Amino acid sequence: MPSADYDPCCLPDLLPLYYRRLFPFSQYYRWLNYGGLQKNYFQNREFSFTLKDDIYVRYQSFCTQNELEKEMQKMNPYKIDIGAVYSHRPNQHNTVKSGTFQALEKELVFDIDMTDYDDVRSCCSAADICSKCWTLMTIAIRILNRALRDDFGFQHLLWVYSGRRGVHCWVCDEAARKLSVAARSAVAEYLSLVKGGDETVKKVVLTDPIHPFIRESLTVVEHYFPQYALQDQDILGRKESVDKVKTLQQDFQNEKKPETRWKLIKDQALRKQKKDKNKCGQYFEKEIMLQYCYPRLDVNVSKGVNHLLKSPFSVHPKTGRISVPINLKELDKFDPFSVPTISQICEELDRPRTGEEEEKSEDVKENDTDAAEKRKIRDYKRTSLAKYVRYFDQFLDEMARSWKGELLRKSDLQKEF
Amino acid sequence: MEFLSRRRKLNTNSQTEAYGHALQFYGQPPLENISLSEFETFAVDRLKLLKTIENLGVSYVKQSDQYIKKLESESKMLNFPYRSDMDDRKSQSGPSEYEKRRKDHISHFILRLAYCQTEDLRRWFIQQEVDLFRYRFNDLQPKQKLEFLHRNNLQYDTIGVEEKKTLLDKLVNSSYAVSGITVEDQDFYKVPFQDALDLVRMRKVYLKAGYVYIPHQDIVTIVLNDFRTRLSKALALTARSLPAVHSDERLQPLLNHLSHAYVGQDYSIQKNVGKISLEQIDSLSGKSFPLCMRQLHQALRDNHHLRHGGRMQYGLFLKGIGLSLEQALQFWRSEFIRGKVDADKFDKAYAYSIRHMFGKEGKRTDYTPYSCMKVILSNPPSQGDHHGCPFRHSDPELLKQKLQFYKVSPSGISQILELVKGMHYQLACQKYFELTHNVEDANFSLNHPNQYFIESQKLLGGGKDIKREIDTPQRSQENSAARGSTAAREAAASQNLVEMTEELDSFFQDA
Ligand code: SF4
Ligand SMILES: [Zn+2]
Repeated sequence: MPSADYDPCCLPDLLPLYYRRLFPFSQYYRWLNYGGLQKNYFQNREFSFTLKDDIYVRYQSFCTQNELEKEMQKMNPYKIDIGAVYSHRPNQHNTVKSGTFQALEKELVFDIDMTDYDDVRSCCSAADICSKCWTLMTIAIRILNRALRDDFGFQHLLWVYSGRRGVHCWVCDEAARKLSVAARSAVAEYLSLVKGGDETVKKVVLTDPIHPFIRESLTVVEHYFPQYALQDQDILGRKESVDKVKTLQQDFQNEKKPETRWKLIKDQALRKQKKDKNKCGQYFEKEIMLQYCYPRLDVNVSKGVNHLLKSPFSVHPKTGRISVPINLKELDKFDPFSVPTISQICEELDRPRTGEEEEKSEDVKENDTDAAEKRKIRDYKRTSLAKYVRYFDQFLDEMARSWKGELLRKSDLQKEF
Repeated sequence: MEFLSRRRKLNTNSQTEAYGHALQFYGQPPLENISLSEFETFAVDRLKLLKTIENLGVSYVKQSDQYIKKLESESKMLNFPYRSDMDDRKSQSGPSEYEKRRKDHISHFILRLAYCQTEDLRRWFIQQEVDLFRYRFNDLQPKQKLEFLHRNNLQYDTIGVEEKKTLLDKLVNSSYAVSGITVEDQDFYKVPFQDALDLVRMRKVYLKAGYVYIPHQDIVTIVLNDFRTRLSKALALTARSLPAVHSDERLQPLLNHLSHAYVGQDYSIQKNVGKISLEQIDSLSGKSFPLCMRQLHQALRDNHHLRHGGRMQYGLFLKGIGLSLEQALQFWRSEFIRGKVDADKFDKAYAYSIRHMFGKEGKRTDYTPYSCMKVILSNPPSQGDHHGCPFRHSDPELLKQKLQFYKVSPSGISQILELVKGMHYQLACQKYFELTHNVEDANFSLNHPNQYFIESQKLLGGGKDIKREIDTPQRSQENSAARGSTAAREAAASQNLVEMTEELDSFFQDA
């Protein structure tokens, strides 16, 4: 849904401004350089640009932050994707012997897209979203975030709004970046519960015993379910969705009220659980909850080391919204519709400066490049992009702290020997 | 070599000791001399076994009853160890248990040599060996399993009583066969989740902070992972010592043959020459050619030219289905001169290589039509080439389009693509065969484009003459007594008396 103030036709005019004055290049480089701990990590990273008229340029790579900056400002990509770290410079992939050019590492990524929930949401369909169904994304983030941290032990998770109808997760831990294809697919499958396409009616089947991971996920779903599914989506009120639930489970006799209907389902499940302990099917109330709310992952995106994913701070060409990191401390308050569009922040840039800022800008004239750099920093700070960049900074700081710990540990070890 | 002298200190006793357990971890290479003919037989038999494993893995659920039964009977037939409880029993006839274990040991190491050469080969070999190992390990009695771990010094971190207590609930709920009581009784191993991916994938294990907690009964997962990792490292090391192997002029052709080998005949002996007319080729290519050849034929008709790799692959195939040299010359000439090549140039530049294929020029070697393995694994096509195996070398999206164009049903296409994704290219091709010939089960195991052609002709009832001529070698393939390809058998036989003086283990130096 295009936001009120953004017109896709203006994109070609806005992008140069965005890349010249707003895109947080230094943070971006700091991220992908990962402390410079591994040689050529940034240099061998693939970027791909989507240009005007859907022209798609793969295997871009850059030696320095400066080179990246210059190129982006020259090309003004409509969309930026990030790929893997390769064995060689991606922009020279044609010159190396075939077979030796290989994707070595990449963040473990997840892509959750609202279109995959079309059979269980009634408010919108396809690319549309609204505040009601956005709860699905909140649930997805809560569940996956917990599992990736507690179960898999990952710590550096960057959650990003895709700019339109979904979210991405970048797991940036060193161990995650080094995972093999097999390991990535195992993780993704561990995290997938909803199976089967349009042909399958019942997409979640639980068996005894319920794995601790599923228990934990259920706790999250149970928290949101009454408000989201029973109230907002009204799955036990509206005729079609009632029919759908019925195909999953039995009748509600003559009960009319959704809440009472839900209670009926729970009671039935409970009775069944008591009756036949070891049979399947006794968990149907849980299965219904999961089928309606559990995160639906695109496993293929997570599997491949060389799979490309839209970069944070890239613009969504259709909505104009910036792909911003999501601060999980304020997850329940995150509203995709308040994410700034490129036209909004460009406009904010044009607003007259406040007196205080004016003053400061006076004393930074000594060094030109320095001044430009500083001006850019102040530029984004004057827009609503600021809080997202600030959060991104925090994320990077945390990562940097863990390297320091790592380096200290290593040097300690050396001393010991 | 100093290395050798160190190894020599191991005496025969320790060698017998090495075969003290039905299951081997293949830590040490064989030390004895073996004859070339034994070398060949062992290798071919193991290749057959691994091929069977690949086929079974696609047709049956791994470790299902049928899978196990079929694997057991194949092991038995090929004289490999096959039942752990055979240990004490004297086998009434055939080779002794010791002989079988020796064969298992040596053949594994020979195939390491043949299959360390490229990434593709290594991946295939590891996958099949891992499956074989899984089957064998699961077959062991609990006591034998412990003995195996002990013998091979496999120790994994276990968790303490306290930790077990705090995690009790979670441990019980994350594995189907663990209850409160069994938790207390058995060891739980704690390993990084990357070492037990199968359990993680199926959510059959408790996972916390990047570690999995594996009950002893599932220890096969860890052992298997260990096996895989070691084998993969070992192959990489062996690959480095390959130059030494390549300088051995008796070994090298044998190994190359093995790595491109398929188990079956080699279609180089022409018994059906002249049974096909040139006019038939167009229609045959649609009906009975495998996709690789159909693609080459189409490309040739479209471009009136094929580059070297394509000419070799297609030319030898045509020879194999019965084109005579004269026919072949006429076939290629008539097509080429419709393009940029005139008759004179053809005779000068191309005729030679066609005669060469038929062994009429140069070294007069009779070139053998390429097997699937050879097509799939060697000389991948590059820009402008049309050779190779479409299931291996075509982009899946392109392959899909091609299959759609050939009117394969959507469900058939997705089955084929699924097999391709699992890197079972020949099985994908076989599925294509079944779909295009409307048969449930092709009833043969595809490993040669010419075999594809013959089987197709059999089914279509066409080319009755061809069928009769081909029948004999075909039957011998099913006969387990005849092992290996004719050519290689002959080669081995003629060198039968040549003993290998070098010890095999000199190729397996640790770094
Ligand atoms: S599997 Fe063999 S016969 Fe089939 S297309 Fe590939 S190479 Fe040709
Ligand atoms: Zn909605």
